[in-house]
Amino acid sequence: MSDRDPGAEPIVVGADAPAWRHRHLLDVDVLAADEIDLVMRTADAMKGILARPIAKVPALRGRNVTIIFWEASTRTRVSFEVAAKNLSADVVNIAASTSSVTKGESLVDTIRTVQALGAQMLVMRHGTSGAPYLAAEHFDGHVLNGGDGWHAHPTQALLDLYTMRERLPGGSIAGRKVVILGDILHSRVARSNIWSLTAAGADLWLCGPSTLLRGLDRWGGRAAGFPGHGRFTVTSDVDAALRDADVVMALRIQKERMDSGLLPSLREYTARFGLTLDRLAAAKPDALVMHPGPMNEGVEIDPAVVALDRAVIEDQVTNGVAVRMALLYLLAGVHGAEGAHDAA
Amino acid sequence: MEYPRGAFKDRPREAGKEGPHRATRAGQAVSDGRRIMTADEVRRATVRIAHEIVEKQAGTEGLALVGIQRRGVPLARRLADAIAENEGVRLPAGALDITFYRDDLSLVAHQPVVKGTDLPFDLNGLTVVVVDDVLYTGRTIRAAMDALMDFGRPRAIRLAVLVDRGHRELPIRADHVGKNVPTSRDEIVKVLVEEIDGEDGVAIERLVAAHL
Repeated sequence: MSDRDPGAEPIVVGADAPAWRHRHLLDVDVLAADEIDLVMRTADAMKGILARPIAKVPALRGRNVTIIFWEASTRTRVSFEVAAKNLSADVVNIAASTSSVTKGESLVDTIRTVQALGAQMLVMRHGTSGAPYLAAEHFDGHVLNGGDGWHAHPTQALLDLYTMRERLPGGSIAGRKVVILGDILHSRVARSNIWSLTAAGADLWLCGPSTLLRGLDRWGGRAAGFPGHGRFTVTSDVDAALRDADVVMALRIQKERMDSGLLPSLREYTARFGLTLDRLAAAKPDALVMHPGPMNEGVEIDPAVVALDRAVIEDQVTNGVAVRMALLYLLAGVHGAEGAHDAA
Repeated sequence: MEYPRGAFKDRPREAGKEGPHRATRAGQAVSDGRRIMTADEVRRATVRIAHEIVEKQAGTEGLALVGIQRRGVPLARRLADAIAENEGVRLPAGALDITFYRDDLSLVAHQPVVKGTDLPFDLNGLTVVVVDDVLYTGRTIRAAMDALMDFGRPRAIRLAVLVDRGHRELPIRADHVGKNVPTSRDEIVKVLVEEIDGEDGVAIERLVAAHL
């Protein structure tokens, strides 16, 4: 609780806001600016709950939140679980590796089974892009995408946005230079962040080895007519990308990329693109350093950078709980078919 | 956060004081109201309640005021001002958002917008006076008590309301009432406060079907 003078200005008045209308959260591309704003403001309230002696409210009491991850994860899965429990939901955790999936059960059958077992909100991660969209077609409740293939990781993008708004002076991303550095091509985190950051008006730069930017330069649109035209910059020149940056987000380099011949070696990546104190010196002196985790320290990011005060990587994790609480709460209020267009 | 006076005047009124639990349903409109308290009467009632609160406690020791979002919040602030004027002691005042504690969250069409809780004091051992504009079913107060208990263990919880309109659905009563107003269930009691609505006053309006 705050240590402010009890007599001074304790009163907060909230403004009215639009109603939330999405039944599922599959990606951030369907969210309008005022809806993202509603998520951020609801997350503020959730952060207030996290600061309480008893960080639990009964908002989702009696709701069944089933978490099923076909891919490994620590922070996203646990973050969703903590978020659901803070809202008093009943949480069922299924690891696909120990479920009937290993016996050949299809995605749709699994969805129908968990629904028959009482799941009302389904949090899922799947290695195949688009899997949550298929799930949403067969599930009567709410689907939250915890990451699908290379496609989308909407809760990560929203918690990244929340962390930037919280930590940037003035609380606005508009006009700020945000650099995403690393393996953009295989990153669902980058893809969802592209939507939310360009919508927030960031000067977005995507930087990495050209083999890991394939196609994005075209999507980023040197030519008019491409969806991302003029909205972000794609480059392999790391010094140009970092110059005067307000936010630098490093992405994990997956070791399996070596096998596909996209990188000569991890050492070469680190030498040319690793986020070191020297390279970061080109950015603004108070530039935020972010990483969605898990990190390979010493590969894409130097441990000395992680140790900086302005490395907000742990803030991202904490804020992730608040943002996921906000999303669970908002989605839970949308019933029946009214949000069905989301799945289309 | 400070908003200019009347900043919310042109916004649609929240479903609010006929609930959170008595939302105006779509397809219904509100007829012109009948004013039952003027700005002066609201002021006098506030001053009287401020005296009553101190009298009941036999002083200001161990008292705190907590307003329920939204219109209870400025009312709690005014009670704190009045007590400061009369007694020379400024009581701690806070704001409580009961949204997450509502008993009808699974029934409403859209999640209500969260307006924020701000309790900048430790309420363990304090006598907390909960302040709201209208007491109706009692469900809001039930939610407020649950919310307060999550912040600690107050010595006592009391209730001050500007208007008690009857129709309780829970065994709850107010300790301090500005005005008792007999109403029927198809009426709406609208409390206006200057900080939010640009003027003070209380009106009764009747719900009518919009397309009769």
